[in-house]
Amino acid sequence: MLILKVLFRNAFRNRLRTGLTILGITIAILAFGLLRTLISAWYAGVEASSATRLVTRNAVSIIFPLPHFYKDKIQQVSGVKTVSYGSWFGGVYGDEKNFFANFAVEARSFLELYPEFIIPPDDREVFLKDQKGCVIGKKLAARFGWKIGDLVTLKGTIFLGNWDFVVRGIYQGRDKDTDESQLFFHWKYLNEIQKKALPNWTDKVGYYMIGVTRPEISGDVAVAIDQIFKNSLAETLTETEKAFQQGFVAMSGAIVAAIQIVSFVVIFIIMAVVANTMAMTTRERIGEYAILKTLGFGGGHIAALIFGESFVITIIGCLLGVAATFPATKVISTELGAYFPVFNIGRETVLLNFVAALGIGFVAAIIPTRRAIKIRIADGLRRIG
Amino acid sequence: MAVPLAYNFRNLWTRRLTTILTVSGMALVVFVFASILMLADGLQKTLVETGSFDNVVFLRKGSSSEVVSGVTRQQAAILEAFPEIAIGPRGQKLLSKELVVLVALTKKGSDKPSNVILRGIDENSLLLRRQVRLVEGRLPRMGSTEVIAGMSIVQKFKDIGMGETLCCGMRDWKIVGVFDAGNTGFSSEIWGDTDQFMQAFRRNAYSSVIFKLQDASGFQNVKSHIEGDPRLTLEVKRETKYYADQSEMMAKFLRILGISLTLIFSIGAVIGAMITMYSSVANRTAEIGTLRALGFQRRDILIAFLLESLLLGFLGGIVGLFFASFMQLITISTMNFQTFSELAFSFSLNLQIIYMGMGFALIMGFVGGVLPAVRASRMIIVDALRAS
Repeated sequence: MLILKVLFRNAFRNRLRTGLTILGITIAILAFGLLRTLISAWYAGVEASSATRLVTRNAVSIIFPLPHFYKDKIQQVSGVKTVSYGSWFGGVYGDEKNFFANFAVEARSFLELYPEFIIPPDDREVFLKDQKGCVIGKKLAARFGWKIGDLVTLKGTIFLGNWDFVVRGIYQGRDKDTDESQLFFHWKYLNEIQKKALPNWTDKVGYYMIGVTRPEISGDVAVAIDQIFKNSLAETLTETEKAFQQGFVAMSGAIVAAIQIVSFVVIFIIMAVVANTMAMTTRERIGEYAILKTLGFGGGHIAALIFGESFVITIIGCLLGVAATFPATKVISTELGAYFPVFNIGRETVLLNFVAALGIGFVAAIIPTRRAIKIRIADGLRRIG
Repeated sequence: MAVPLAYNFRNLWTRRLTTILTVSGMALVVFVFASILMLADGLQKTLVETGSFDNVVFLRKGSSSEVVSGVTRQQAAILEAFPEIAIGPRGQKLLSKELVVLVALTKKGSDKPSNVILRGIDENSLLLRRQVRLVEGRLPRMGSTEVIAGMSIVQKFKDIGMGETLCCGMRDWKIVGVFDAGNTGFSSEIWGDTDQFMQAFRRNAYSSVIFKLQDASGFQNVKSHIEGDPRLTLEVKRETKYYADQSEMMAKFLRILGISLTLIFSIGAVIGAMITMYSSVANRTAEIGTLRALGFQRRDILIAFLLESLLLGFLGGIVGLFFASFMQLITISTMNFQTFSELAFSFSLNLQIIYMGMGFALIMGFVGGVLPAVRASRMIIVDALRAS
């Protein structure tokens, strides 16, 4: 207990310097935590996807559609429970800045396959019956102030023209990482309009979503599905929903990697700052260390004093930083909700914060300790701060 | 009289460890700051250089990129009759009808698929793109399933190279050449015959029509012509504008990310500088007293300490920019959100970034040094001299 008191007293001997250092660590830990959260937000889609669902898309690339009649063939594969399908609609509300994801889906099977989208049963029935109806996420509804019964007009970028939808339901996510900022409407509506506008593009779907009976067989089912369509005009590629989402993330992998690197740079910056503080502290106290040595304390004691002081500073900073991360993420998730629908602090992030703080404290104390231990008693005593 | 600069240099030298630590903190901030600006700049440069000012691109109305656009054969034929089109060496009109599709290819290293642009070209396409140069092999023969691949694709993707075949659309495409389009988006594409691609991928419309203007000022004419003809549900853009628009979102994203990151980081570095300067003031109390007793004014002391702090910033800036300049050797290949396809680009350093990086470093030095310098200048001579 006494030693702890000594460490605290020592740490706060120069209040201004220690205060500044702690502030620096707080900010660094905050930045580190936010960056890690940003990265995990990038992977949110992957985390939220289920291993029991498969996604079938055109083997050439996602921009090529698949024929609608594949549905019946996929349904026949053993192990397949539900087949749903949809297309990326790519509609824009007013301006491109108001981006949110919107899909045309086969609604009944889709809602069955995605139990994490929770809609009140009454609204659900109304939505299923209304071909112009759509359901929207809770966050999306809050963002534009849409209510049930409102008319929403999207401008198509892939499917031209203005498209009107009536909000029939607002879904809520079952899990914390469910994306609540999407819009879904009936694929049939899209298809009917396309029949007039672009007959060539009718009866085509962007992808199939498949629910399997047991997760263990999903690999076999995927192979079996691709086998059916081998050597056809539209060959398919079936993978688990997780792998499918991962593919999207991997495409922007370079950026994620850059953020990852940068999140460690901030640790190095603060390491330099703390090391600097410790170097100054020990330089000022070289005389004291010499006295301690004269009194018979060994190198181990001195090392413990310096390392302990360094840890005291970094851990206080870390605690403050972690405490600040929570309100900060809240602000960011409301400000940037459009880009990162899911923005949660993971437990791993908090853990990494502490590991980083301890790492900083340790590395920062190495050189000053070496100096303090190596100094000869006579030199130390002779030296004037 | 001002305190000599040598005094500051020697001070920094005496406290080497502290100086190095402070400078390296600032250098890291400047490094990140410069790198991210270089990345955004490199991206923009790549896409801007992809287009030529004389070329105009026609896309379907409302489509932001070639991938989602469609121009029917009939519309293409109408465009072909425009009088503004430049005439090529063999007397042909310099107009090309192109098809753009995305195919998923496997990246080297990560083994993950990524979307690559497959561009169907005709014999005029190369005349319109002066930047494109064949470095290996030959051009594809029109009417055959031969393709040529861009440099960046060959370097970053698996099984893409001379003599390899690419399998998609139920056909095998033989790579007969490799082309280099310098620092442009074309380097991240694969080119082959449009008509073959249209057959293979069951497309009956082109993605875009591009032609060269006879006279660069003829753009307005073309534009009003398009708008006046109800058959042409098209949009026309200069090629430079078209490609610049495609880099806008991502460059903005990188800049916002970069600037907000560096602002946070810089707080850390400023604190580092402040700690250093405060302690350097505290350690030199007697020295400051002596200087004042010798007749140096408060202002001189203030300036001397500010200079020392600025010097720290300057050193940090130099070191940071020095290392950032090596980033130019790195090429990044990633997905452009707007076109949904792979694009290779490199970090590009220019004078503006150097100025900004250095300015940023000096600001950090200044902010970190101003409070300690004020404290130093306010010391009372007698008290300062008495300090041990």
